[in-house]
Amino acid sequence: MPNSSQLSRDRLIWMYTQMCRIREFEERVKRTFVEHPGVIRGHAHLADGAEASIVGCLATRQENDLVMPSYRCHGYPLVLGTPARALMSEIYQRKDGVCKGFGGSMHLADPTHHFPTASGIIGQGIAHAAGAAYAAQVKKTGQVVYSFFGDGSSKQGAFYETLNMAAVWKLPVVFILENNGYQAYTKIDLEDANAKAGDPLSQKAKAFSIPGVTVDGTDPLKVYDAVSTAVDRARAGDGPSLIESKFYRMSPHGNAITVPPVPTQFQEHESIEVYGNKAEFEAAKNNDPIKKFRAHLIAGGFFADPDAKKIEESVCAEMEDVVKFALASPLPSPADALNYVYA
Amino acid sequence: MPREMMFAEGIAVAITEEMQRDANVVFYGQNMAMTDRDPFVRKFGKDRVRLTPISETAELGIAVGAAMMGLRPIVELYMAEFMLVAFDEVINEAPRLRYMSGGQVKVPVVFKAGFGFAAGWAGQHSNCTYHAMMGIPGLKIAVPSNAADAYGLMKSAIRDDNPVVYLHHYMLMLDKCPVPDGDYLVPFGVADIKRAGTDVTIVATAWMVKKALAAAEILAKQGISAEVIDPRTLSPLDTKTIIESVKKTGRLVLVDQAPRHASAAVVIAGEVAEHGFKYLKAPVKMVTALDTSVPYSEPMETFVLPSEEKIVAAVESVLAKRVAAD
Repeated sequence: MPNSSQLSRDRLIWMYTQMCRIREFEERVKRTFVEHPGVIRGHAHLADGAEASIVGCLATRQENDLVMPSYRCHGYPLVLGTPARALMSEIYQRKDGVCKGFGGSMHLADPTHHFPTASGIIGQGIAHAAGAAYAAQVKKTGQVVYSFFGDGSSKQGAFYETLNMAAVWKLPVVFILENNGYQAYTKIDLEDANAKAGDPLSQKAKAFSIPGVTVDGTDPLKVYDAVSTAVDRARAGDGPSLIESKFYRMSPHGNAITVPPVPTQFQEHESIEVYGNKAEFEAAKNNDPIKKFRAHLIAGGFFADPDAKKIEESVCAEMEDVVKFALASPLPSPADALNYVYA
Repeated sequence: MPREMMFAEGIAVAITEEMQRDANVVFYGQNMAMTDRDPFVRKFGKDRVRLTPISETAELGIAVGAAMMGLRPIVELYMAEFMLVAFDEVINEAPRLRYMSGGQVKVPVVFKAGFGFAAGWAGQHSNCTYHAMMGIPGLKIAVPSNAADAYGLMKSAIRDDNPVVYLHHYMLMLDKCPVPDGDYLVPFGVADIKRAGTDVTIVATAWMVKKALAAAEILAKQGISAEVIDPRTLSPLDTKTIIESVKKTGRLVLVDQAPRHASAAVVIAGEVAEHGFKYLKAPVKMVTALDTSVPYSEPMETFVLPSEEKIVAAVESVLAKRVAAD
């Protein structure tokens, strides 16, 4: 695969646009809790802060490669081509939702756009991703599977069992450990042996004798290069790799867990809410991946400030329409609940 | 000409035939396919037949992911209790993904495991865990009681587009019976009347069917005609055949190797209470394991499990109420 310095201007602008789309979509989800309380039920988890990592990874995909994320799953299908209207409608529990209102924020799925399912149980999706890779291997489809999961997942048995088996079976899968610094509400150095010792989490790969690298997940081009190498290796039949992509989750783990009728919203990030460390959060804000990539593209002469603004305005208009569409979409009929129990 | 097969052979032949019929069927598990001399490896190669580490969560999770992408994996688990290590995949992944995706994916997996090994395997390898799975929408459970059903249910399980837990009873593995020729499929959700009778209905599964049939033989000598029904699949559960039988006999004894409240019997009793109460001439009687873990030592193990004698006594007790009720 070519390295990121060979990416065309159009491709770089596409990457910036996708990053903006993820951010704007997640901002709208967050605002919905304030502007339309009750429209989103249960628990929603946002990808703001992960944009460079998600887009840098997915920019390496070939047409039929599969993506299997965790329950923090809004960002990937936006990039894969799932209509944003269908995604927001699902989060808004509507009939026009991508899963017709059966799954919600944690269980988005769109197999037609190479996103089979997302599991809400931490770590289990890693095994599903390896399974999809096993199918690709047996059927000789040439597909690579992108398995996305958080740093918290890397303490689950599913992670260790699956990486071992994927290495033994040389499965065409790339494991992308999104280290956003927090396992739900818990700071990573309180629960991860590597983090506590000051070591990168990518060294978990050594336990399975596979490549493990840590990359700056706030830079889509660095992510692109690291993932390209892993994808090439997987596609060549040499087996899986582990990429630790480090970035900062800009929102808290999810909306506050409340019991109806108490309304729920997103509170301050755990760094402030739980740990009282405002400086940490401010530093992360100053390292915003979207701002950084925008500046990089302007400095490189790929676009000028007015071009960037145009993209940002069109993304804003798209998501404005998405919210309107999803609010207007009808709720499912109650008895629809009896569908899809069995195939 | 029907083929005479051992129970274990019925399962192996069914898997072999389905793997020949459909290249998407794959088969893997621990301590199998270790050498090129393995009969399944010889026939189907190492892509489709594989050895796994002792990693039930990964084994079942990989099967779920592969099934969504068009394979039909059979996972060899050996002991139903090993499924408990990875119960999230059995209960909360495989049967839920289709539903949560709004019908966009299918998960055609078979989780194959032995159970109920009442041969001194003690507390952690002798259990009947099906009750915990019976109430899970999206999941099917097959529990054959003879070689023909073992063969025909395995074929149906592999062809089913839903996740199936296929439980074979270890105490039946060497039992022989004729298996019908050709592509013999046992449909899910259709109970089998293993012995017709008129005085009492006995419902039993797996090894308990064998015990119920032995009890029916003893009862016949006393002039009591027992009907023995084997649901064959616990999900879907054929309550219709059971209630039809109760309509005829008016009396119901439920035999189950699991402890009372963890049994399939308790579910069937509930269904009959709601839908067949008016046909009952005596209260339903459950013959289940006692409320203990399974003990190691033989006399204690025998004491806690259902037996022919306990079934006979239960039938006599429901018939003793004949005079009062009739």
